[in-house]
Amino acid sequence: MIKSRTRRRLLIAAGLVGGAFVVGGYLFYRPRDRLRLPAGMAAPKGEAWLTAWLRIGADGSVTVAVPRQEMGQGITTALPMLVAEELDCDPASLAFEQAPVDSVYANATMIADGVPFRPDDHGWLARLARHSQYKVGELLGVQATGGSTSVRDGWEVMRRAGAAAREMLIGAGAARWGVAPGECSTELGTVRYGNRSLRYAELIAEAARQPIPGQPALKNPAQFRLIGTALPRLDVAAKTNGRAQFGIDVRVPGLRYAALAQCPVFGGTLKRVDAAKAKAMPGVLEVIELEATSTSAAAVAVVADSWWRAKSALDALEIAWNEGAHARLDSAAQRALYANLLADGEARVYESVGNPLVELVAEKQVVQARYEVPYLAHATMEPINCTALVKDGRCEIWVGTQAPTFVRWLAAGAAGVDRDKVTVHIPFLGGGFGRRTEMGVVVQAAAIARRLPGTPVQLLWSREEDIQHDVYRPMAMAQLRCALDAQGGIRAWHNRIVSQSCTGGLTARLWPAAASDLMKDKTTAEGAFDLSYAMPHRLVEHVPVHQPVPVGFWRSVGHSYNAFFVEGFLDELAHSAKRDPYEFRRALLAAAPRHRRVLETAAQKAGWGSPLPPRTGRGIALAESFHSIVAQVAEVEVGADKALRVKRVVCAIDCGKAVNPGIVAAQMESGIVFGLSAALYGEITLKNGRVEQSNFPDYDVVHMADCPAIETHIVDSGWEHLGGVGEPGTPPIAPAVANAVFAATGQRLRKLPLRLA
Amino acid sequence: MPKLLVNGVERDAALEDTAPLLWALREYLGLTGTKFGCGVAACGACTVLVDGQPTRACVMPLAAVAGKPIHTIEGAAARKPYAAVHEAWIAEQVPQCGYCQSGMVMATIALLEQNPAPTDADIDSAITNICRCGTYPRIRKAIHRAAAQLAKGLR
Repeated sequence: MIKSRTRRRLLIAAGLVGGAFVVGGYLFYRPRDRLRLPAGMAAPKGEAWLTAWLRIGADGSVTVAVPRQEMGQGITTALPMLVAEELDCDPASLAFEQAPVDSVYANATMIADGVPFRPDDHGWLARLARHSQYKVGELLGVQATGGSTSVRDGWEVMRRAGAAAREMLIGAGAARWGVAPGECSTELGTVRYGNRSLRYAELIAEAARQPIPGQPALKNPAQFRLIGTALPRLDVAAKTNGRAQFGIDVRVPGLRYAALAQCPVFGGTLKRVDAAKAKAMPGVLEVIELEATSTSAAAVAVVADSWWRAKSALDALEIAWNEGAHARLDSAAQRALYANLLADGEARVYESVGNPLVELVAEKQVVQARYEVPYLAHATMEPINCTALVKDGRCEIWVGTQAPTFVRWLAAGAAGVDRDKVTVHIPFLGGGFGRRTEMGVVVQAAAIARRLPGTPVQLLWSREEDIQHDVYRPMAMAQLRCALDAQGGIRAWHNRIVSQSCTGGLTARLWPAAASDLMKDKTTAEGAFDLSYAMPHRLVEHVPVHQPVPVGFWRSVGHSYNAFFVEGFLDELAHSAKRDPYEFRRALLAAAPRHRRVLETAAQKAGWGSPLPPRTGRGIALAESFHSIVAQVAEVEVGADKALRVKRVVCAIDCGKAVNPGIVAAQMESGIVFGLSAALYGEITLKNGRVEQSNFPDYDVVHMADCPAIETHIVDSGWEHLGGVGEPGTPPIAPAVANAVFAATGQRLRKLPLRLA
Repeated sequence: MPKLLVNGVERDAALEDTAPLLWALREYLGLTGTKFGCGVAACGACTVLVDGQPTRACVMPLAAVAGKPIHTIEGAAARKPYAAVHEAWIAEQVPQCGYCQSGMVMATIALLEQNPAPTDADIDSAITNICRCGTYPRIRKAIHRAAAQLAKGLR
């Protein structure tokens, strides 16, 4: 009964998400040629593009057009490796550049991942939904970096590009020698025939005239020589000598700088500003009022010949705000509201199997607990900024962004020019973590530049503006209930979550007329509805709530809180069942061998069960996210002053196979430290409609002195299980630490950041 | 306007005495390797050397550094530990997004100039810069590696 109802719900969901597109797709869709060169893409002198993905220079250099943005995750190394493997070039000849904005570089995988199906669901409905959603992604042509999808999306097409270019070079060489291409081979940047050879660099002009083969032969993974090795990152030298250019470093002739103050209350508007004093200050060019838009808050900006002068003048402005309807919003009231919604809010069901509610009533021994997490800011090291120039009906934008396509769409509107008149330049991102998917600063910068035609303006938010006007990781709360069976396994499980929707929020910002932030959103329940633990009866539901606080993607999104809820509660169940928390989980994973192996690897490498110093505990947690499975064991020492010191973290990951194991390890370290900042310190709270925190002193993060030793072990399960690595390191760390605190003290902490009573 | 001695060259600061050194470096002298992170001396992205001392340029008024030798990442090669630090950073594959790394490298150079064999505790107290990508474990390893390399050079 429940089963058929669930299926009906899923059918409806799939229908809403992709139905129209399935029909449209099958009628009108032509397979998109992802190798074709975008119109007008010219190579520098002496170089030639072979497909949209690489060009070769007369010096033998191979420059790969990287379609995703480098924000620390190493994508400008991992993706060129895919090309180089099939191209058979010398890795030492590899270089990269940011690909321009073009639909050929779209990330359809990211869009396809949004369908609300378990990753292990390979039924016809799930496959149809993913397939149609992928086509939607191709049709939309959105170029974006997120969802830990870059390698998975590039895996096929970028190897194919390398292989196609190789065939074009072979074709050119064979023609030169008058022999059949099939008799030629390649080796480290040369085409060979018998004892004759030609360097790729000598063949580029003729190779570029060869047709691009649609389906070039790809290597068998057993033949890989580069993929799977820890090739040093291509961006490290520039990031060690100060030469790497970030958005904030853009310097164009005539550049002016803008600082801004946004309405401190969410949803407020500008009442009036007295600019007289500021305008008389040195270097000040203009004071500009910015109306609120769907992506940006009401603000006043000062443009000057130096950012410091702009900021000084901004501080001298007298600004009055209409605080609007949310001037009394505070965290305590929100928590009370969420608690009420846990009890009786209207929920969307994400998974329903068996008769959990019946079982939970029938069973005498029901364990239950409420968990919660606060809003979080991203606090990217590079403060939010965008440079814009509006001139002669054109708009030029320089911005570290995760979503170049959105930049083009929104800058066009704000600058008052056509989309095809917008050029987007993308330097390195000084951290992204999802924050740079947001378009507020782009809209503001373009609006300012529109008021000063011909003058390029760099808008830079202060750190205070960043912390108080982020698009936050949602605050969330969950009520979990469980009935254990006689053997200490899980019989029935009910998880009810309340939070705002990230996808709904972003959609409503981009298309305010079309979207609702109460729609079904997989990210709200990811990491909760897609578990691999044995639970014969289970119900996972989410109650969406609308709040004036903007929320968005924050490294690992819903997993960032759901893993804390689920893995913390599982630890409680193990305790209830009087079982070791590792053995308890291991038993529940009998039918999930990959998960089980990852859990075992982390436990064994951490020396699970071995003695620890006094006041020290070990905690374990497992989370599958973005098609990778990660387990972590944290060792935590609790000081006499109740301070928590995380001394060591052992991490095991199954991401299928590692394209670059060095980068995978670095991403695990990165995800762990990012999640640890949230577990130990991160908290954005509201009072009188305003964010109470403002800068690093009161929005603290992990420093060198409180960073644990981290070791990563990669579990190999084959290329067919390729998963992401940018985000999966984050979800398990908070519960692993909380569970370690319980082991050390007997105190169960169900709220982040972790604070001992 | 104050005169600055940056990376061995005398330059006009082009800003008021009260303006922080950071903005003169970044906006008038074209030295964008030194980064803005917080504006309140909390994150260390703007770390430069003034008289060899690690200094947070975002809160350091120009008047206070006029005439004193200033080294930024662009002129870091003039400091003895730089080559070893640069090499160690590459060997340990330290940077991720890279934004904080200029400040990290400058803070490390200052540390190694004052303490050629720092312990973990020394590193904890000297490197107070923030990295949101979590490169701390690799920075620690790279500092030890650079220290070992420098010690070898001295023998």
